[in-house]
Amino acid sequence: MITGKNMYKKNRDISAGIINPKKTFWQKIMKQRQLVYMSLPLVVYVFIFKFVPLWGWTMAFQDYKPAKHLMQQKWVGLKWFVFLFKDREFLLALRNTVCMSVISTVLGYITAIIIALLLNELKHIGLKRIIQTVSYLPHFLSWVIVTGLVSSMFSVEDGTVNNILMSLGFMKSPVLWLSEPKYFWWIIGWTYVWKEVGWNTIVYLGAITAIDPSLYEAAEIDGAGRMQKMTHITLPGIRSTVIIMMIMSAGHILDANFEMPFFLQNGMIQDVAQTVDLYVLRYGFSSFNYALATAAGIFKNVVNIAFLLFANWIAKRSGEERLI
Amino acid sequence: MTDFNVDTARSEYADAKRRTVISNHVFNGINFIILTFLVVVTLYPFWNTVALSFNDGLDSLRGGIKFRPRIFTWQNYKAVFATGAIFNAFRVSVMRTILQTVLNVFLTSMLAYSLSRKEYVLRRPLTAILVVSMYVSAGLIPGYFLIRNLGLLNKFSVYIVPNLIDVFNFILVRTYINTLPDSFIESARIDGAGEFRIFVRIIMPLIVPTIAMVALFVAVGAWNSWFDTYLFASGKVNLHSLQYVLMEFLQSSQNQSHSAADAGALAIAGAGGAGSMVTPVSIRAAITVVATVPILIVYPFMQKYFIVGIAVGGVKE
Repeated sequence: MITGKNMYKKNRDISAGIINPKKTFWQKIMKQRQLVYMSLPLVVYVFIFKFVPLWGWTMAFQDYKPAKHLMQQKWVGLKWFVFLFKDREFLLALRNTVCMSVISTVLGYITAIIIALLLNELKHIGLKRIIQTVSYLPHFLSWVIVTGLVSSMFSVEDGTVNNILMSLGFMKSPVLWLSEPKYFWWIIGWTYVWKEVGWNTIVYLGAITAIDPSLYEAAEIDGAGRMQKMTHITLPGIRSTVIIMMIMSAGHILDANFEMPFFLQNGMIQDVAQTVDLYVLRYGFSSFNYALATAAGIFKNVVNIAFLLFANWIAKRSGEERLI
Repeated sequence: MTDFNVDTARSEYADAKRRTVISNHVFNGINFIILTFLVVVTLYPFWNTVALSFNDGLDSLRGGIKFRPRIFTWQNYKAVFATGAIFNAFRVSVMRTILQTVLNVFLTSMLAYSLSRKEYVLRRPLTAILVVSMYVSAGLIPGYFLIRNLGLLNKFSVYIVPNLIDVFNFILVRTYINTLPDSFIESARIDGAGEFRIFVRIIMPLIVPTIAMVALFVAVGAWNSWFDTYLFASGKVNLHSLQYVLMEFLQSSQNQSHSAADAGALAIAGAGGAGSMVTPVSIRAAITVVATVPILIVYPFMQKYFIVGIAVGGVKE
C-alpha cells in the first residue's frame, strides 16, 4: 500500500529523473537497440554454429540412415556406445590418444618451464630477444609443414637424425624411425616440444616478471645461489600459472595431435598411430557409419569436459588457483 | 672459536666469492649452450629445407645437402609455379586469409565492444552463451551436416562463413576494452554519436595493439588451415588451399606408394619444361618454403604485439 508520503517521494523522484517507473525491459532494449544490432545477430550466429549441431548427437542413439529425416530414424539406445567398448580398434585408439596427449603435454610442460627459467637467467637482453624470436617461430608453422620437416629429418635416406647418430657412432645402420612403433609417441611428443616450447614459455615468463624482486634481493643477502633462487623463488612463484595451464590441458586429454598420426600412419605403426579423431574420421567419412562416428565423438567431448571439471575440482579442493 | 683470525676469514670470504663467480660462469656457460642448442635445433630443419629447395633435384638424391645448395637452381620453384594448381592454391590461400582476417577481426571486436558496455541489459546472457560455446563441440559429423545443410559444401564461402567470430579472441579484446576509461565513450555519447560510430571512430583506434595481435592469430590460423578444405571443399580443385596441396603431396610421398608422388612430381616436372631435374623431395621442399615465407614476412612486424601472459589472464576472468 502506498502512503501519501511515499507517493509524494516517488513523484518527486520521477520528476527529478532519478527513477523512471515506466521503463520496462523492452523499453530499455529499444533504447539500447544499437547495441542489440551489434551483438545479437553475432551471438545467434555463434549459437547456430556451436549449439545447433548438438542436435546431431541424437544420431548416436539411432540406426541412422542418411536418406530419412532425423525424426524418422530407429532409436537403438546405447547400442553404438556398447559397440565402441567391444571394438578392439576403438580401445586401441583410446589408449594411443591418451598416451600421445599425456606424453606431449608432460614433455611440453617440463621443457617450457625449464626454458623459461633459463631464458630468465639470461642477462644479455639482445641475445634473449634473438632466442625468443627464433623459438616462437615454429608455433606459426602449420602442422602440415612441421610433419613434412619431421618426415625428412627422420628419413632413412639421408635423414639428419640418422646421419648425426651414425657419425657419432651410436648406430651402424640407419633406423626406420617412423615405422618403429616404440618410437612413434615419443617422436610426436618431441615434435610438439619443438613446435611449441618457445611459445609456451611466454606465459611462464609473464608469470616470472610478476614475482616481487625484493624476494630475490632478500635471498641474495641470505647467501642463496642462482640454483637456489630458481628452485625456491621462481618455481613457487609461477606455481599458480602452472596449475591453471594444467587444468586447461586436462580438458584436452582426448585431443591428441591430429596431423602427425594422420600423415605418418602406415601399416607398420597402425596399432600405435590410430587415434580417436582418426577413428571418427574413418567411420564417418570412409565407412559412412555416421552413428558410430558420432558416438565416438560424443564420448571424446564428454570425457574432455569431465576431465576439465575434475581437474578444476581437485585444484579447488586443494586450495589452489582454479579456472572456473 | 677463540682463535679467530682476520686473515683466514678474509681469505675464506674471498674463496667463497671466487666460487660463486666461478659457478656463475659455469651456469652462464651451460645456459648459453642449452639455449644455443635450442636455436640451432629450431632453425636447422627449415634451413635445410631452403637449401634443398634451391638444389638440383637429382643431385639432392645423392644426399649430403646440409646448410647450402650444392648445385644452385631455380628449377624447383619454376616447376612448382609452372603448374596452375599451386599458383591457384596460393591465390585461394591469400584470398581466404585476407577476407577471413578482416571480417573476423572486425566482427569479433564489434561484439567485444557491445558486450563490454555495463549498462547493456543483454550483456550477461549473451556473454554466457559465448563462454559456454568455447567448451562445447558437437564433433566432426554433426558439424559436417550443418555445413552441408547450409549449402556451403564446395564453395569458397565455406572458408569464411563458419569463421566469423572467435570467442577466445572476443575475450581478449573485451578484456582490453574494459581497461579503457569510460569518459571517452561518455563524451562521444553526449556529442550524439551512435554506438556503431563510437566503436569505429573511438574504440577501434584505441585497441590497435590487441587488434594486431588477434589479427595475427586469425591470419596464421587461416593460412595454415587445411582440414576444412579436406572436409568441405576437396571435391573442387580450384578451391584447394596451399596447405591442402602440400598435405596431399606429403601424404602421397609418405605412404610408401611413391608412384603417386612421382606422378605428381613428373606432372610438375613436365610442366616445368624439358630437361628439368625435379624430384618429389625437391618439389616438396620448394612448396614448403612457398607456404612458409608469407608467415616469415609478417612475423617480425607482429612480434611486438605478443602481449605477455595475456592468454591466461584473458581466460581466467
